[in-house]
Amino acid sequence: MFRLTRPLAVATMLSAAMFSASAIGQEPTGTLKKIKDSGVISLGHRESSIPFSYTDDKQQVIGYSHELMLKAVEAVKAELKLAKLDVKLIPVTSQNRIPLVQNGTVDIECGSTTNNTERQRQVSFSNSIFIIGTRLMTRKDSGINDFPELVGKNVVTTAGTTSERLLRKMNEEKQMKMNIISAKDHGESFLTLETGRAVAFMMDDALLYGEMAKAKRPSDWVVVGTPQSYEAYGCMMRKDDPAFKKVVDNALAKVMTSGEVEKIYEKWFLQPIPPKGLNLNFPLSTAVRNLYKSPNDKAFE
Amino acid sequence: MAYNWHWGVFLQPTATGDGATYLDWMIQGLKMTVALSLSAWLIALVIGAVIGVLRTVPGVWLSAIATAYVEFFRNIPLLVQLFLWYFVVPELLPESLGTAFKQTHPVLQQFLASMVCLALFTSARVAEQVRSGINSLPPGQKNAGLALGFTLAQTYRYVMLPMAVRLIVPPLTSEFLNIFKNSAVCSTIGLLELAAQGRQLVDYTAQPYESFIAVTVAYLLINVVVMFGMRWVEGRVRVPGYIGGK
Repeated sequence: MFRLTRPLAVATMLSAAMFSASAIGQEPTGTLKKIKDSGVISLGHRESSIPFSYTDDKQQVIGYSHELMLKAVEAVKAELKLAKLDVKLIPVTSQNRIPLVQNGTVDIECGSTTNNTERQRQVSFSNSIFIIGTRLMTRKDSGINDFPELVGKNVVTTAGTTSERLLRKMNEEKQMKMNIISAKDHGESFLTLETGRAVAFMMDDALLYGEMAKAKRPSDWVVVGTPQSYEAYGCMMRKDDPAFKKVVDNALAKVMTSGEVEKIYEKWFLQPIPPKGLNLNFPLSTAVRNLYKSPNDKAFE
Repeated sequence: MAYNWHWGVFLQPTATGDGATYLDWMIQGLKMTVALSLSAWLIALVIGAVIGVLRTVPGVWLSAIATAYVEFFRNIPLLVQLFLWYFVVPELLPESLGTAFKQTHPVLQQFLASMVCLALFTSARVAEQVRSGINSLPPGQKNAGLALGFTLAQTYRYVMLPMAVRLIVPPLTSEFLNIFKNSAVCSTIGLLELAAQGRQLVDYTAQPYESFIAVTVAYLLINVVVMFGMRWVEGRVRVPGYIGGK
């Protein structure tokens, strides 16, 4: 039989009570410590990335990525054994999202952020939450079926996206003499397509379906072409914070492998969604199905 | 803050494989900003001078038209004007003309829309400077010109404008500086000027601070050059006996 000295016993009991749920049994560090100390977690969200992360007509943040982010928040709360965890929602744009994660304004951002190697120099990414292919939207009667038919044509894409990069690369490598228009956001890209300034709009397929659902006459438009790349969307967190990443990764993996994620997918991609009750009708792709089977945080590049 | 500084990024070849470096992109953006702002400034000076003079002439109709012009272009936000020129005007043109415009090279469309927008917006502001310059002259000058037998046009040409133009050089310097800064708005319609290249650099390299700092320095450089140039002009044209004159 052994006896603990009184202060040590108290310390042991305290730490056991406080950290028993922690996998490594140590005091939380980094982001987890920050959340524990402040009782607040800051979530970065987008305002118009339909259906991933956007605000509805009541200014509530909703979306596929947002729902998955809330699963991660629950896991953080359970991990830290907090009775109450305040959630602070911070809108981000594609321009400021990386600095805001880095400087601590935002603890985690789940929207439509592609996991790529350049960004990995600045932030870390969770298990991927979605996989898109980059394709084309065109008017049904335009006669365009695939990328080679774009030679010498005006093509629009949204500035700052992987599609823009791929399109410019394709133009250089294959001497296609396309005129590439880089619009400010997806809405403006679609406007450029709709007004006849461009014959095709290259973008992530899920977002193209989103734009199509918003169009005056969705039946005029069609998504065509071989995907030029696949991209994994992930949640962004501060770099070098393995404890926090592990909690988030585990939470996402659990949602995916348990099959819960399929209901969430159906809710956002196969059923009418706010604000206008549009249905994206975007069938579950093989790539996403495989991701759900074996969650991972790999970038596609 | 956990940030990876990487100033060498400017010398890396771009990810699009066009054989340029990111620095080349910044320089292209700088050239575009300068070309756009200078061409818009020249147009703005010409139109602004005409409208400014019209605001001071006797006669209700001419000055009413000039006032309407100034209030229209001065009171609509620049960004809204840009969208009007780029998105709305081609739809209002006769269909064949609108379609023809929309089929031209996208950069040409963006440049023309931006140039017209910046030029007209700035011309309204230049017109106000011209008007205030003319109104600041003692009424005796105009009367003396007319009494000497000049026509009204000659009085403006030989007596009032030579004075007024020299008086408004300092406030015009501000407008000249503004047009460079305002040109950044044109990145929103996809024109790859300095601000757009900076943003593009962020997207391609995920090095926001290096790129924003480089863009800031480039705008600063442009404006320092403009400031010294205009200061030299001021020195050359200042009116003896007035503030700052010898």
